[in-house]
Amino acid sequence: MTQYLIRRVLISIPTLIAISIVIFTILALAPGDPLAEFAMNPAVPPEVRQRIRQSMGLDDPIPVRYVKWASSMLRGDFGYSFRSKSPVIDLIRQRLPTTLYVIGTAYLVSVLIAIPVGVLSALRQYSVFDNIATTLAFIGFSLPTFVTGILFILIFSVKLGWLPMIYRTTIEVEGLAGLWLRIKQALMPIMVLALFETAALTRYTRAAMLETIHQDYVRTARAKGLSERAVVLRHALRNALIPVVTIVALSIPGIFTGAVITEQIFRVPGMGSLLISAIRDNDTPVIMAITIIFSVLVVLFNLIADILYGVLDPRIKYE
Amino acid sequence: MSEVTEQRRVTASNGALASAAQLLPQRKPRSLWGDAWRQFKHHRLAVAGSFVLLFMVLATLIGPFLWPIPWNRFDISEALQGPSLRHPFGTTDLGHDIFARTLWGGRISIAVGIVAMLVAVTLGTLIGAIAGYFGGILDSLLMRVTDMFISIPSLPLLLLITYLFQDRMKAIFGIELGMFLLIVLVIGGLNWMPVARLVRASFLSLKQKEFVEAAHCIGVGTGGIIFRHILPNTVSPVIVAATLGVAQAIITESALSFLGLGFPPDIPTWGRMLYDGINWIEFAPWMVLFPGAAIFLTVLSINYVGDGLRDALDPRRMFAV
Repeated sequence: MTQYLIRRVLISIPTLIAISIVIFTILALAPGDPLAEFAMNPAVPPEVRQRIRQSMGLDDPIPVRYVKWASSMLRGDFGYSFRSKSPVIDLIRQRLPTTLYVIGTAYLVSVLIAIPVGVLSALRQYSVFDNIATTLAFIGFSLPTFVTGILFILIFSVKLGWLPMIYRTTIEVEGLAGLWLRIKQALMPIMVLALFETAALTRYTRAAMLETIHQDYVRTARAKGLSERAVVLRHALRNALIPVVTIVALSIPGIFTGAVITEQIFRVPGMGSLLISAIRDNDTPVIMAITIIFSVLVVLFNLIADILYGVLDPRIKYE
Repeated sequence: MSEVTEQRRVTASNGALASAAQLLPQRKPRSLWGDAWRQFKHHRLAVAGSFVLLFMVLATLIGPFLWPIPWNRFDISEALQGPSLRHPFGTTDLGHDIFARTLWGGRISIAVGIVAMLVAVTLGTLIGAIAGYFGGILDSLLMRVTDMFISIPSLPLLLLITYLFQDRMKAIFGIELGMFLLIVLVIGGLNWMPVARLVRASFLSLKQKEFVEAAHCIGVGTGGIIFRHILPNTVSPVIVAATLGVAQAIITESALSFLGLGFPPDIPTWGRMLYDGINWIEFAPWMVLFPGAAIFLTVLSINYVGDGLRDALDPRRMFAV
């Protein structure tokens, strides 16, 4: 197990290096100059601009720049934002809690709904409940987050006026009222994300449960007279959850990137909106940092999913 | 039905063998596609989905010719009107007719979906076929690359590439074509991995089969074996993946345009219309409602068609995600 773990971690390192090289090269090859605003500014003479370029290392060959960037990244130094001139790590630290709060809640909600619904609808296959659940899941799965987001705004903000359209960080109301305002404005982003995830996860849980429920060991459990509850919970569900847990782990990075769109709809000041504004501003250090963080998340959760799979399913042998 | 045939065959072999062919009823042989169609017809929602989809495609293809108001004509005096007989979907803040724009934009959205899927499927099939057929170092190398692409967070990269390279592409190919090519290539280039894995897996099992060996024996070249003998057998899972890929690509393009990083305002794809409309959502909900509904209907019906195809083409009913 330990040996397998070490090997898995070692395999993921070249993947990360390759990804960072790809992204770095794209950024380096792209037209567009982060110092373009200086070029427009007549107060900055060309020599000064040249010196700034040199001090920022913009004139070095790409491989040199990559090595410089990668080594400082490894030391935990993400560099400075071209735009706001503040350290990238500070920007991310500002934005991360909001993103984590919204995404985390959404994911929790969707797991709590999807697993029971998926199990029930598999147990009562082709019943009315199953039909409704599968149809809803299919619709939820086909609704992109930006469409649901707009729909929710139309219903809950424009028509009913219950929830605010725009997420604000500067709520100055103290006490319970302020807390309620904060919860209220997070409701729609959470619902939008949760709806999509719930739909996908319900489909998956139902499929996994249908697979296990027809296994011989489940029939054996029934045949030896166990209660239906014990059969379902202890014999079928535990096995059905193996692939579900894996998919839960695997899709966590996907939610982070999916949240980019949701954050944009509701103007949630999270990682996603930071990324979008950085792309618009040609703010290379910020873009690099966020994409690398997303890639690390993907690789990390792949690893976690693999390990979880092995822990939950003793039939899997690590070579 | 087959029992009857069986009986007749038995009597035929007892009697005159020569007349066996005449005794057999003249019936068309059942083909793979015939079976698939028979199965597909039972999936009612998939059939409904096909009709909706066909309707959408025809509407976007023919509609702009029939509808009297061109998609790019605007009249400020008619701005922000709600749905009426003259403007069934209302008008935008500049007085564009939203119905005309939805029809015209749908053309681009659907075209992006189909072409991006073709790019992804071609790339995926090629890589999967090469990896699966030749094996060895080439295989492990290509699979490493596939794994790497799977670990790349695709949305940030997508946003990045379209934003950074759009000016260059527009300069080379013109605004419309340049943007179209860029978006299609990027979406296709970041979504070929599932197809590559599917095709590789089929190639690995198929290349050991007797019919491939037979083809080798009669001297068919490598290209012939890959394209004529193995590839057609991998087609069913690829078709399902391709169908769902179209929906995915339409969503991705809409997301890009919705974030304001896709098509420019003078090319009203459905996503772009949402982006333009969201600022007016309080005063003119129809600006977002109709393009949103168009995206939803198209994606939903494609997904149902894909679901039906999966049941029809795959007898084992796999649960692909």
